[in-house]
Amino acid sequence: MKRLGSPLLVHLVLVLLAAFSLFPLLWMVSVSLMHAGEASAYPPPLLPASPTLENYRELFTRSGIARTLGNSLLLATAATLLSLLFNVGAGYAFARLPFPGRERIFRVLVLSLVIPGQVAMLPLFLLLKSMGLVNSYGGVLVPALASIFGIFLVREYARTIPEELLEAARIEGAGELRIFFSIVLPLLRPILVTLAVFTFLASWNDFMWPLIILTDQHLQTLPVALAGLSREHVQDNELMMAGAVLTVLPPLVLFLALQRYYLRGLLLGSIKG
Amino acid sequence: MSANARPLAGARLAAWILAGPALVVLAVFFAFPVVAAFALSLTDFDVYAIADLRNLRWVGLANYGALLSTPLFWTALGNTLYFVVVGVPLSIGLSLAAALALHSRLARWKAFFRTALFAPVVTTVVGVAVIWRYLLHTRYGWINYVLGTVGIDPIDWLGDPHWSMPSIIVFAVWKNFGYNMIILLAALQAIPDDLYEAARIDGASALQQLRHITLPSLGPVLLMVSILTLSGYFQLFAEPYVMTQGGPLQSTVSVLYLMFEQGFKWWNLGTASAVAFLLFAILLALTTSLLRLARGRGAS
Repeated sequence: MKRLGSPLLVHLVLVLLAAFSLFPLLWMVSVSLMHAGEASAYPPPLLPASPTLENYRELFTRSGIARTLGNSLLLATAATLLSLLFNVGAGYAFARLPFPGRERIFRVLVLSLVIPGQVAMLPLFLLLKSMGLVNSYGGVLVPALASIFGIFLVREYARTIPEELLEAARIEGAGELRIFFSIVLPLLRPILVTLAVFTFLASWNDFMWPLIILTDQHLQTLPVALAGLSREHVQDNELMMAGAVLTVLPPLVLFLALQRYYLRGLLLGSIKG
Repeated sequence: MSANARPLAGARLAAWILAGPALVVLAVFFAFPVVAAFALSLTDFDVYAIADLRNLRWVGLANYGALLSTPLFWTALGNTLYFVVVGVPLSIGLSLAAALALHSRLARWKAFFRTALFAPVVTTVVGVAVIWRYLLHTRYGWINYVLGTVGIDPIDWLGDPHWSMPSIIVFAVWKNFGYNMIILLAALQAIPDDLYEAARIDGASALQQLRHITLPSLGPVLLMVSILTLSGYFQLFAEPYVMTQGGPLQSTVSVLYLMFEQGFKWWNLGTASAVAFLLFAILLALTTSLLRLARGRGAS
């Protein structure tokens, strides 16, 4: 395989694919810096004639997008912390602590990964309604509390911790919880970062659930608000691109900063067929 | 004996403390709703039932029967199948091409290209759907401009029922191919070099190596990636919601879009649950038969 094609062909493929991937994103940034109406021209302009931040100013002063940006940041951060709180201990327990039914429960968990999350959405909505959590931050966060994927991720990683290390601590007389907090947790650090990045991105990018559970404009997340705006402002190309930049940039920057951790999780999570 | 029993009990207690909360949450907010969804699909739960539960009636399989005789359900299923049948092979084909190019010993700046090709995966669907709506704009979009330079007349991508679904497919492929690319790239790197070495000594051409070593070695991973992509693509929702609102002429109404409209626009939660379960049943049947097919072939 390694000799298939010439250097020219390989780079042609790569450059074309990179252009395909990046052009829409670069163009988004460029249009967001154009004056209103500038992009509605033929041929479509590539770069702004005189770059301006007026679209961003308009977004923050008039559309109330600042509020939804804050909501998204808050919710994604909370979801990340909650996910760490619930999944890390569970992942470790499934990997390393003997308890009755462990393998059976884990098999059920993995099998239920085939159930599309949307199946649970309608009763979950009714359940949360009866708990008074519809149209609240709590309602958005409930499905993010524990995740089978998160437990799976931590379990896979925790299985690589050498047993002798835990045994030694037990012989020293350390309790299991003490071992978890002072020995295991530091060793799990890399996978905690992975889980955190995954959860933050999933929460930030989520659309359907916040769309369903939040009706109040003040509570809306950025993607939901952007979808609403884009239905109202079909013609305001430049303004919408500024909104898209605000929505897309945070996950991109986070990914670029923590790429290694994210890709590790992606590969670890896909081992199981 | 008791010295041994106590640590074991301690480990058990610790396990329940650490895993218990997550399991309770999953039971209450996932397992229970899934079971309840099936029960809900056997009732006529609607706005009247939301107002007063006494209005709730048990209807057996009537929701399923009604759905199967509703043209819109078949339209939604047909649209979703169109999206899956065209989108999944296209998506995986592009992932494979990208992975092969990135894996090639000839390629340079691999880290840059890998990041560039992966970038769309982490973006927000709604945000990038907004971009694509303008790229696909009939008069001012780049796509029609580029096609215009080779003499193709402007196409109303999102407004013409023949082109709306292909447009959404291209968008979805753009957004997703990087994901499988990373998985396939890892699988390519795991193929032992001696296999190629031996093939070269036998005088196998590069193309023969691709056919007889690379692709067979990738087999299991390709199957897994196909199943994951398939079930992901069946859950099409945000793309048509933002780009076309299901139109034009219902050409982009997907199964989940139908569920969303039935459930959260018209509050027919019984019908919507039946839609969700039909989707689940289709997915389960497809996944298991794909696995069985692959296993049968692997055994022979």
